[in-house]
Parts: sequence; structure tokens; C-alpha cells
Amino acid sequence: MIKKLKELLKYRQLIVTLVSRELKARYRGTVLGFLWSFANPLLLLLVYSVVFGVILPQSSGRIEDVHIKGINYSIFLFTGLLPWIWFASSMLDSANVLFVHGNLIKKIRFPIEVLPIMNVLTNMVHFLLGLPILVLFILFFGKDFSLTWWVFFFPVAVLVQFVFTMGLCFLVSALTVHFRDLRDILANLLTLWFFATPIIYPFMNPMVQEKKGFVTALLLNPMTHIIEAYQYTFFFGSLPHWKKIPVTLVVGLFLFYVGYLIFDRLRDTFVEEV
Amino acid sequence: MYPVIVEDIKKYYKKYSHKHKFLTLKSAFVKRTLFDDLEKDETFEALSGVDFKVEKGKTVSIIGENGSGKSTMLKLLAGISKPTSGNIITEGRISALIELGAGFHPEISGRENIFINGIILGLTKKRIQERYDDIVKFAELEEFIENPVKTYSSGMHMRLGFSIAINVDPDILLIDEVLAVGDASFVPKCLDKINEFKRRGKTIIFVSHDLSTVERISDEVIWLKEGKIEKQGYPKRITDAYLEYIGKKDEVKAGEKHKKEEADAAQNKEKRWGSKEIEISNLKMIDKSGKEKYIYESDEPFTIEFDVDAKQQEKDFVFGVGIYNSEGTLCYGSNTHIEDYKAALIEGKGKVKIHVQALHLINGTYFLDAAVHKRDGYPFDYHHFQYTFRVTSTFRDVGISRVYHDWEFSKNIRLQKDENL
Repeated sequence: MIKKLKELLKYRQLIVTLVSRELKARYRGTVLGFLWSFANPLLLLLVYSVVFGVILPQSSGRIEDVHIKGINYSIFLFTGLLPWIWFASSMLDSANVLFVHGNLIKKIRFPIEVLPIMNVLTNMVHFLLGLPILVLFILFFGKDFSLTWWVFFFPVAVLVQFVFTMGLCFLVSALTVHFRDLRDILANLLTLWFFATPIIYPFMNPMVQEKKGFVTALLLNPMTHIIEAYQYTFFFGSLPHWKKIPVTLVVGLFLFYVGYLIFDRLRDTFVEEV
Repeated sequence: MYPVIVEDIKKYYKKYSHKHKFLTLKSAFVKRTLFDDLEKDETFEALSGVDFKVEKGKTVSIIGENGSGKSTMLKLLAGISKPTSGNIITEGRISALIELGAGFHPEISGRENIFINGIILGLTKKRIQERYDDIVKFAELEEFIENPVKTYSSGMHMRLGFSIAINVDPDILLIDEVLAVGDASFVPKCLDKINEFKRRGKTIIFVSHDLSTVERISDEVIWLKEGKIEKQGYPKRITDAYLEYIGKKDEVKAGEKHKKEEADAAQNKEKRWGSKEIEISNLKMIDKSGKEKYIYESDEPFTIEFDVDAKQQEKDFVFGVGIYNSEGTLCYGSNTHIEDYKAALIEGKGKVKIHVQALHLINGTYFLDAAVHKRDGYPFDYHHFQYTFRVTSTFRDVGISRVYHDWEFSKNIRLQKDENL
């Protein structure tokens, strides 16, 4: 396993090239071009802010001395939404990535694991491009709070999320080759997963805390801890749940191991099945 | 030294049947069918025990009919797919020209695609930078290199792909039927490049249906038939054996085709016209032993015969035949009038035979016309492009007709006739 991962280092130029190709090609031919990387999350933010901040405002409240109301709620939402988009689009794309690049698999000797990696990294770049917007929002619109030094802790959250997402994407991309139904299952699963992760509501919301069963479910969901890590480092400016982060990392590493193992076992079947 | 060694390669493919597809994810894991070897009756044997070695600097061609396992073999050599059993040992960098420009992204420019494709094929950025001008120049795309690849024609696409692949500078070059899409000026350029590789002592494995190219560039030919090596050795000997085999197979088919053509002929007005006062039917080609046959050697004698039926007495009539090649060029045409036969009388049923001593045509498929008409051209019955036959020849001479000739050289010029055939 370690040996195989070392081999991956050899392909870093290939990975970098493919990621930049994906980024370049993504908005080629559109009028706004690269601005879409910023515009997409902003528009999504607008929709969610209206729905959950104005139409259904119950999820807001006062938590950790910060009012999660009005514009603050939008910022809170954005903090969780950005990493979620990275996760969800990586998962959805990984269900297709081997098919879309079937030509590379079938016609060229090609290290196939590069494809899901490329996919997760491409989506990560989109995510990272969204972060400056978040920071600007906090600095200019944040009421009664601002960034703290905790913000420099966020790369840890990125690392944990990367390992976790990568493991799942290896699994999904390999299995979708044999079970194409997975694509549709995944789309629905991700919708459920989105609402079962504290993104549109804070984990500490009293209405959430009332329901013990739901709290347990949230605690078992690794994405809860990953998203919370962003919310704490950017929004609340503290990290009370720091113990949960290493545990999530261990879970992520385990998933990565299993995901890669299955991907590797199925690798030879891709040429014929894609 | 053998940079390519293939040992008892077998390759099975899964036969597609929905019955055997796992119903759920769970059953696949529980039964472990996902990882287990496949049952024999569910598989199709693409290669069944192939052994060969390629010496360094040699060019080996693999020929065979469609589905004989050529492309599978090449994919295994390229490391794209894995053999079910057996070993492939290769030494040195391999470049496979299986599908040119396989990794091109249509939305981005040719220039960017050169870099990306080069890196996909294992080149470093620096190396691509060095060879960039050569690549563009060889592909003849100087003017279009900044345009997105989706605007390229298939020929431009192929040229760029070839140009990049060839600049990978491999030790072993694998070429699949890729030259088929190139235009008349680019294909010779590719062949030149391949020859340059040969001169530089690179090992080449070439898969093609184009036997004349195969003969020209290879040192050895492997004929694959149904996943096994049927014959292997000196190019000319193998391609001739292969042609003979194909010819025999075609002979049966050609006979059937002839019958069908005859049946269709009556309906097809474009291919047959005339007033039918005299009718031609039952045209056959007969070899010297009296057997009906539609494949002839260039120097083989045969007879064209057809039945005629004159519904009423006619005093003015001419019989004619014409031979066209597959491009529609008239190779030979003649009739009884040209050859000074004066028509006197025809009535009732009869038979016309034309004895051909030798065709002297080159390799290819030909069409035969037969007609009966008046001297002024008024058609009684005209059969146009209705009959096909093939000419096979051991030589690969070009043109329309074979000019019979001998070579003679003065003593200071020494050539040796290849007796290895």
C-alpha cells in the first residue's frame, strides 16, 4: 500500500496537469469564465439564505455568543456549504470519472487511480477559490464577531476532509463501473446526507439537541465533525470538539485504505467494463 | 536480446449475459464473484496460448482477420489490459499508437493538448517544450494550433496524435491500424517516420490489414487465427499463405454473391436496360477445368459464358463485354463489331463463350459488363456492373494492367531473386 502510494508521487506532474486541464476546460466558452467558480457558490448561498434565513428562520439563534441571524446566518451557512459542495460534487463526479475518461483507460497505459484523485483535487480547487469570498464576507458583513487566529487551523480540516472524501471516491468510482445504479443511489443519498449534517442548522441548536436520537446520528456522521471544524475555525473562533478531529481522521484513513484496496483489486476489470 | 517476450498468453473476455450479472451489490460481495476468476463457459477466448519473441531492432507485423486477436495482443503488449494467464516481458519505454489523440480534450487548444497529451504519455514538460516545434511541424498544424481541438477535422486530430506519440521516443513502438485514416500525403510521412525508427534500431510491432505495407516494413510476420499463431516467419511467405487462405474463403462467398447478383439483376433497372428482343442470362465464369469460379490469378485462363435468347429473328446484333476496376475505370472493353465479326442471323436460344487466355490485371476486385445491342448502339440487353470477380496476384505491382516484362542487368549490377517465397 505504502509502495503504491509512493508510486503515485511519480504521477504528480500528470495529476497537476490533468487538474489544470479540468479547470481550464470547465468554463471554456462561457462568458463569465473563471468567475463562475465564485458565482456558483454565491448564487447557491443566496438561495439557501432566502429559504432558511427568511422563509424558515427557526434554525437561527444565539450560539457561542454569536447571533446566527440575518447576515450572520448567511455567513454561517456559507461556511458549511463551501466544503459540502466540494464533498458532494467530488462524490457525484467520481461516479462518472472513469466513464468520462474511458478513452484514457482503454487506449493508453494509464495509472487509473489518477482519475479519482484528479476529480477530488479539481473540486478542492473550486472550494479553495471560494474561501476568499467567505473571508471577505466575515470581515465586512460579520456582526459582533470577526476572524480569530483559529482560522489558521482550517488546513487540518481540509486534510481530514480530503482523506475522507478520497477514500469514498475510490470506492464509488470503482464500484460504479460494475453497478451503475450506484449513480442514482448516490444522488439521493447525498441529499439525505446534506440535511443530516449540520450545515443549514448549527449542531448546538437547542431544537436539534432536544432530539437525542438525532444527535447520536449526527455524532456518528464523519461529515458533521469535518463541517463543524470549518464552522468553528472560521465562524465561532474556537475549537471545542478538537478530540473528534483525530478520530474522524482515523475513520478517514481507514476508508481511504479500504477504498484504495477495492479500487486496486478491481483495476484490471475497468478496461473491459468501462 | 529480446525486448519483447510473450509466453503462452491467454486472454478470456467475459461474455455479456444479464443472467450472470450480480443482482445487488450485496450478492457480489457475499458470493465474492466480483473478485473470483470467471467460469470457463462464461468467457470468450480472445487469445489462446500465444508465444513469440521479438529481437531488438526488428519490425514484426501481426496480421489476421477481424476478431483474430490482433488488437487484444497489442493492448496486452501495451499494458493496457492484463492477460488472463501467461507472461509478457518487455524492456524499455513503450509507446502505443492504438488510438491517436485518445486523451485530447476537445475544449482546449491544440497547443495545450500537446503538453497534456505528452505528459499523459509519460514525457516531461521540459522535453515537450524541446520537441514542441517538431510536433507542430510534423502535424502540419502551425496555423491551427491555438484553436480548440473540437474544431479539428479527423485528419488533423490524427496527425496531431501521431506526431505527439512518435515524439515520445520509445524503445518499443506499437502501432495499430492507425494509419488508415490519414490522407494520401500524410501516410507516406508516417511510414517514413516508422522507417526512421527502424534505422535507429527501435523495435516495432505493427498491426495492419494493409498487406503491402506489412511486407514493405516488416522483418517477420505473425498470422493470428482465432487467437492462435497460425503461421510465423518471412513476410512474403506468410502474407501469401494468408492471402491464399482468404482467397479460398472468399471463393465460396463470391460464388454465393454471384447467384444473388443474378437474382437482383432482373429487378435493377439502373444495372440492366434494353428492349429485350434478345436477352442475356445465366452469365458464368468458368476456369480451365470447367469449374465455376470468381477468383482468378492474373495469368490464369478462363471462359466467360452466357445464354442468349432471341425472341425474334435479328440480323443486326453485336455482343460485347467490358471489365471495370473498383474505381470504375474501364480496364478493357471489346465487342464482336470492333473485332470485325459481321452479324448474319440470330434466332432462338444459344450460348456465347469468350475464352480469355490471361487477364494481365493487377490485384483487386473487378466488375464485368455484358451486352447485346445493334451496331448503332440500340440496346437489346445491357448488363452493367452486375458481375464481380477478383484477381489475386503474388506481386504487388501497381497501375491497371500488368505489363509483361523481364529484368536484365549488366554484370556489375548484382541483384538476387528472393527464393524464400
